[in-house]
Amino acid sequence: MTTVALKPATMAQALGRAMRDAMAADPSVHVMGEDVGTLGGVFRVTDGLAKEFGEDRCTDTPLAEAGILGTAVGMAMYGLRPVVEMQFDAFAYPAFEQLISHVARMRNRTRGAMPLPITIRVPYGGGIGGVEHHSDSSEAYYMATPGLHVVTPATVADAYGLLRASIASDDPVVFLEPKRLYWSKDSWNPDEPPAVEPIGRAVVRRSGRSATLITYGPSVPVCLEAAEAARAEGWDLEVVDLRSLVPFDDETVSASVRRTGRAVVVHESGSFGGPGGEIAARVTERCFHHLEAPVLRVAGFDIPYPPPMLERHHLPGVDRILDAVGRLQWEADS
Amino acid sequence: MTVMEQRGAYRPTPPPAWQPRTDPAPLLPDALPYRVLGTEAAAQVDPGLLRRLYAELVRGRRYNTQATALTKQGRLAVYPSSTGQEACEVAAALVLEDRDWLFPSYRDTLAAVARGLDPVQALTLLRGDWHTGYDPREHRIAPLCTPLATQLPHAVGLAHAARLKGDDVVALALVGDGGTSEGDFHEALNFAAVWQAPVVFLVQNNGFAISVPLAKQTAAPSLAHKAVGYGMPGRLVDGNDAAAVHQVLSEAIAHARAGGGPTLVEAVTYRIEAHTNADDATRYRGDAEVETWRGHDPIALLEHELTERGLLDDETIRTAREDAETMAADLRERMNQDPVLDPMDLFAHVYAQPTTQLLEQETQLRAELDAEDAAADGHAGHHGPEGAGR
Repeated sequence: MTTVALKPATMAQALGRAMRDAMAADPSVHVMGEDVGTLGGVFRVTDGLAKEFGEDRCTDTPLAEAGILGTAVGMAMYGLRPVVEMQFDAFAYPAFEQLISHVARMRNRTRGAMPLPITIRVPYGGGIGGVEHHSDSSEAYYMATPGLHVVTPATVADAYGLLRASIASDDPVVFLEPKRLYWSKDSWNPDEPPAVEPIGRAVVRRSGRSATLITYGPSVPVCLEAAEAARAEGWDLEVVDLRSLVPFDDETVSASVRRTGRAVVVHESGSFGGPGGEIAARVTERCFHHLEAPVLRVAGFDIPYPPPMLERHHLPGVDRILDAVGRLQWEADS
Repeated sequence: MTVMEQRGAYRPTPPPAWQPRTDPAPLLPDALPYRVLGTEAAAQVDPGLLRRLYAELVRGRRYNTQATALTKQGRLAVYPSSTGQEACEVAAALVLEDRDWLFPSYRDTLAAVARGLDPVQALTLLRGDWHTGYDPREHRIAPLCTPLATQLPHAVGLAHAARLKGDDVVALALVGDGGTSEGDFHEALNFAAVWQAPVVFLVQNNGFAISVPLAKQTAAPSLAHKAVGYGMPGRLVDGNDAAAVHQVLSEAIAHARAGGGPTLVEAVTYRIEAHTNADDATRYRGDAEVETWRGHDPIALLEHELTERGLLDDETIRTAREDAETMAADLRERMNQDPVLDPMDLFAHVYAQPTTQLLEQETQLRAELDAEDAAADGHAGHHGPEGAGR
């Protein structure tokens, strides 16, 4: 067995590498957005793409999100595969009409004649001390729109694999990038990027018997940390990383909850009308007779995203997750 | 003192680096709408083109009256008539090459039909059997767009993509006067100008956005004036003068095709009918105004020109009318047949591969339909058309 020289890579680098490899493999892939060219993106995710592929392939657009996504629709209609960047979660809102009225429905309204293979990259979520409008978790809006795929990686390898899969998808994908994981590192072989598998599959990040933490994106490392801390309490927690909110992997989630009998959904976005309500309902419908306790939610508060000096009180942390786990009526299990 | 003269009063002296990009004067539209019919310019127009425009206008008017009649018979859910605006619709279709793209809004069914689309396919959105009844790629006609102005950035993107691929393709996007107030109008024009995309924007200014008149829509001297702020030429044209619209659009498209970038064309016209058959236009405008515009009818204008110059004989008129009647009769007959719908189509085109959740819902609907069939078998009727493919 040959020794492979593993190198550390950040999630931001993995995302950039995914776009680079996709552009090299397919001349129809175009990256566009505000600041993605010369600057390489405000998070440097698109660093080097304009230099390598030219400004026609990696384009600094005017500052206008509806225009960015609207022109991407036309480009996709002509056979290109646009990868658009929305720079920050709350900056995407001006583009919602294009997203909901056109991007999500074009395949459907044309009876399959005109699919739109557009990837919409949205850096999302808090934890980086961003000022107002730079930390929203808007996944519930995207999940509620039929016709969109909604994907969010939690690891460096998934950032690469899921973005490659999203760009290759013939359907529009809202690709949510957890901002606070941009600088998280993992080792990989730069000559052999991680595997690309179809989007829509959840993965068990940590096996356990006591309860399942169902989570995604920025909350995955927090749940893994909580699971380690829970060992001191004698709790053996399983952590399921959804990776894809749409399509939703009922199979993996249900199988885990049936094994453990207890579940907590963890995410940053608000609880009311948030993803956790949908997930808890689906788990309850499928696993009711296996459940030893109600499915609980640990989420952000139902407030506009707080100012950065207060965000640590808003974001679900290890303690809040452990509190919820403690409310799962453990005594009934012994 | 004009606004332009006042500008120096509040704008600081620019630093040396400041350089105005272009002289805006060449971009400004004429003060009055450009006209061809009834002027000396008409003599320069190919008589064959005038006769073709005439035949298409007659056909277009008949299409509008037939579609409106179908709403009264309950065969169309709704129809936004373009009666009075046929010159814009027909010119938009005729100036494009086959490889070019048309981006219509919901009132532009006639432009799609004049481009060669099957009238029944063009009406599926308005009949309600499917949102888009044709393959956009086959006809190079984007889906009829109901949200206002959102099709404009699509036209820009497509034209831009075509140029990136080295294709000699121009996109023509249609929008109404109300649509020019939307943010997507601004973003589309700005992107088009910055990218020098080969796209032409045609604003059909028909006076009203449902009930709101132009004076409450904009404070600009004309909608064509909006072009100058984006750095593209604006042209103002009489939208009831088919020869003028055709000429101005042809020039704009040639300009775009040659790499000159986008143009904003405002065609001043009038919506003779209400917004749709569901609208009561008497609440917001008077008969006298409508009658004035009837006196500036696009068909009558062209007919007058052709007759004056001896280019129109009874035979040509009769042929045009007979062709229009044939089209209307065919449309009437085909629209009077119930469309054959497959309920399972609801799930067929949401994603390339249906999600497991959709597959479950599909199974549910199939079971419901089977139960309906089973119940109906006990009676004379049948819940759906034969051969619906499920």
